[in-house]
Amino acid sequence: MEKPLTGRFRKDGDALTLSEYREAGGYAGLAKALGEMSPEDVVTTVKASGLRGRGGAGFPTGDKWEFMPRGAKARRPAYFICNADEMEPGTFKDRVLIEGDPHQLIEGIVISSYALEADHAYIFLRYEYHEAGRRLEKAIREAYADNLLGANILGSGFDLDLHLHRSAGRYMCGEETTMIAALEGKRPFPRIKPPHTQHCGVWGRSSVTNNTETICNVPHIVDRGAGWFRDLSHSEEEGGTKVYAVSGRVKRPGAWELPMGTPLREIVMDRAGGMQDGYNFRAALPGGSSTEFLLEKHLDVRMDFGSVPGAGSRLGTGCVIVVDDRICPVGLIFSLMSFYARESCGWCTPCREGLPWITRIVAAIHNGKGEARDMEVLREYSREHLWIGRTFCLLAPGAMEPLRSALRYFEDDFMSHINSKRCPWNERNVDHLY
Amino acid sequence: MLTEEERKKIRDAIAGSRGKREAALDALKIVQDHRGWISDELKDVADMLEMTPVELDSIATFYDQIFRKPVGKHVITICDSASCWVTGSVDLIDHLLSSLGVALAETTADGQFTVLTAACLGACEQAPAMMVDDHLYGDLTAPKIDEILKRYR
Repeated sequence: MEKPLTGRFRKDGDALTLSEYREAGGYAGLAKALGEMSPEDVVTTVKASGLRGRGGAGFPTGDKWEFMPRGAKARRPAYFICNADEMEPGTFKDRVLIEGDPHQLIEGIVISSYALEADHAYIFLRYEYHEAGRRLEKAIREAYADNLLGANILGSGFDLDLHLHRSAGRYMCGEETTMIAALEGKRPFPRIKPPHTQHCGVWGRSSVTNNTETICNVPHIVDRGAGWFRDLSHSEEEGGTKVYAVSGRVKRPGAWELPMGTPLREIVMDRAGGMQDGYNFRAALPGGSSTEFLLEKHLDVRMDFGSVPGAGSRLGTGCVIVVDDRICPVGLIFSLMSFYARESCGWCTPCREGLPWITRIVAAIHNGKGEARDMEVLREYSREHLWIGRTFCLLAPGAMEPLRSALRYFEDDFMSHINSKRCPWNERNVDHLY
Repeated sequence: MLTEEERKKIRDAIAGSRGKREAALDALKIVQDHRGWISDELKDVADMLEMTPVELDSIATFYDQIFRKPVGKHVITICDSASCWVTGSVDLIDHLLSSLGVALAETTADGQFTVLTAACLGACEQAPAMMVDDHLYGDLTAPKIDEILKRYR
């Protein structure tokens, strides 16, 4: 099984140095793109590969790129942004990719910027990724020293500057338009689209933002071709491998690069070794905390963007959080809701006011002070007031995805808290955590 | 008053930016590295960035890791998000708080530690996890927390 993204990682966990990366075939894609391909050729190849955005939404990367004004229509300067603000709970695949092979990301950024005719690129790195930041800084220095960044890259006439922006901890910045505000030194709020960032992005100029894992695929697609990339995948429409991850009470939590479309059962039960002794599988969030729960009966779903909705959820980031039978699901929903309430930027009223209210209701139920009518409030909010269309960005609807599925699958657990006025798991009161 | 060293570092950050305000977050981090928190020298920083103090304060108060109040010598950021929650973070948070004799967002009487909860630290395969300053500790247990605290005392 081919593992283009992680197959050349060092065994000791250190990052590949520039010379190691080169020996393993690194920067061949860049040489090919700059030497033999026009920017349009790169866009066409990426479009043909079936690459879809790995940040969670799964938007076709080639389509996103095609919307960028290029050639005679290009507006300069233009920008390319690498989203490495990986703050979705349960998600750590981008950290694994950056720490293992920072040059792979840099090569992807240079090729993507060439395709989009961008003059300047940013990496937006979350605050907590200190080790990834150190490794990226070193790799960026190496790349500048070797004419892989800067002026006239590899003698091609193409110039690109790359700036590493290190954030200071706020989930909201992972949203595309919010990230742009953050980069510009403004209080980071989202804005409504259109205008799309390809026409009015960072600094009011054209910009495209892609996720770290998405960008890491680009050098391989350019080097080996769209057909090869499509063949890596188990699914019809979507190309490539996917870095899946599992956390929770499993025997071997971790991350693995597998063909796109690998069944959830294989990821959780084989790669992650199944449940720890004494714990049974109850449910899973398949792609970070903003996805709907899946149950044991869904384990055979193929983990790709097209298949997971058939089971009632989304692929999201492909980083699975496993829920066992010894944790109170209402407590877990409290944890999830308090996360979103805390991370709401406060820009839209339904999100700013609604999420804290929901968090307090869930805490009350968990603490044995809930009432039956609370369930109706939670249902109404998850279907209407905080669902898509009420807010500028998708933070609040993302919060409602686990909630609405929990109300469906764990209704008995909510009701037993309400009826017995206590947590059946005897979990402690959570008031002090919010 | 900002020290000359702070001013120089902020000037360098501005020089590497496309527009002064792009350096806002880096400038705040420079002040925080020197002082441990963002004091009302924020106004001087805002002058250097050609921003109003209110604008810069709206950025300073937005981020979890920029502190507008004094914090302890070491800031402990412990995760209470989903992956850590299902692996037992609630008990560990309570253990940490009771060992230090503080509530969340409080600083110990000796000024050594401030405890904050955090959105996911992105170390979910090592859950439960926490950070002390910029050092990550995973696979936490109560005895492991005790041992980590000893190292910083």
